[in-house]
Amino acid sequence: MKKLLSLTPLLLFALLIVFLWRGLSLDPKKIPTAFLEKEAPTIQLTDLLSQQTTLSNQDFQGHVSLLNVWASWCESCRQEQALLLQLQAKHFILYGLNYKDQDANAIDWLKQFGNPYQKIGVDRAGSTAINWGVYGTPELFIIDKHGRIRGKQIGILTQSIINESIIPLLQKLEKEPA
Amino acid sequence: MRAVLALFLCISLFFGGHAKASTDLYPLPPAKEKQFQGLMHQFRCLVCQNQDLADSNADLAADLRGLIYERVLAGQSDEEIKTYLTDRYGDFVLYQPEFKPATWILWMMPVALLVLAAIGFYYFVNQRKISA
Repeated sequence: MKKLLSLTPLLLFALLIVFLWRGLSLDPKKIPTAFLEKEAPTIQLTDLLSQQTTLSNQDFQGHVSLLNVWASWCESCRQEQALLLQLQAKHFILYGLNYKDQDANAIDWLKQFGNPYQKIGVDRAGSTAINWGVYGTPELFIIDKHGRIRGKQIGILTQSIINESIIPLLQKLEKEPA
Repeated sequence: MRAVLALFLCISLFFGGHAKASTDLYPLPPAKEKQFQGLMHQFRCLVCQNQDLADSNADLAADLRGLIYERVLAGQSDEEIKTYLTDRYGDFVLYQPEFKPATWILWMMPVALLVLAAIGFYYFVNQRKISA
C-alpha cells in the first residue's frame, strides 16, 4: 500500500505526459462544425449571372447539393476549381456563394477557370456567410435531400479529400429516401 | 537594476495591452456601450485565433463586431447574441468555455488537483511526525 502511494506522483506525472502528448497532435486550425445534421440556415441571394434568379433554400430540396463559398480574390479557390468541375462532371449539383467579391471580377474569373455551379448567390457584404457560420473561403457544405447540412470542408479541397470523404458521403446521401 | 526594469516593463506591457474596440466606429448610449465592450471580449476572432474580437483587425472579426453592434443596438441580450454565435460557430467562438458536462473535467481539474495535493501533503507531513 505504502509502495503504491509512493508511486502515485509518478503515475500522475505519466498521466500528465499522456495528455500533453495528445495535445501536441491537436491541430488548432481544425475547427468544429456547428450546424451538422441541422437545417441549412436561410439563404436568399440574387444569382451572379442572372438578376432574375435567386438562390434560396428551395434549391436544396429533393436532391443532394453542394454549396461552395468562393471569391475571385481567393487563391485557394483557383487551385481547387478543377476538383469542383470534376464533381460537376459526375453530375453532382453544385451551388456557389460568391463571398465579398465584385460581380465583374467574379464573372471574369468563372470565364477563365470554369463554372461548375448551377446557381451562384452573391453575398457582397458577407452577411449570409456569417449566418451560415462561414470562416472564410473556400468552404464547402454538403446538403442532403431535405436541405440539412450533413458535411463541411473548411479550407482547400484535395483529390484525396474528394475521393475519400466527399464522394463517399455524397453517394451515401443519394441512397437516402427523398 | 536593469533586470528589474525589464521585468517591470514586461509586466506593464502584459497588463496594458487590453484592446478596446473603437467607440468612434460604433457609437452607443453608455449602458449599451458597456454591454458591447463586454461582448467584444467574450468572443474569439475565428480566423486569427488567440485574439478576441476587440483585439483583431481581421475582416471576419470586423464583420462580427458590426453584427454584434447591430444586435446590441436592437436591444438584444448578451444571452441572445451568444446563442446566435455559438449556433453558428460552435463553443469555439467563446473565449471562456461554458460549464457543461463536456467541459467539467476542464473546469474541475485544477480544484481536484489542489485537493489531491493537499491530501498528499497532509499524509507526507503526518508520516514525518511519526518517524521523528
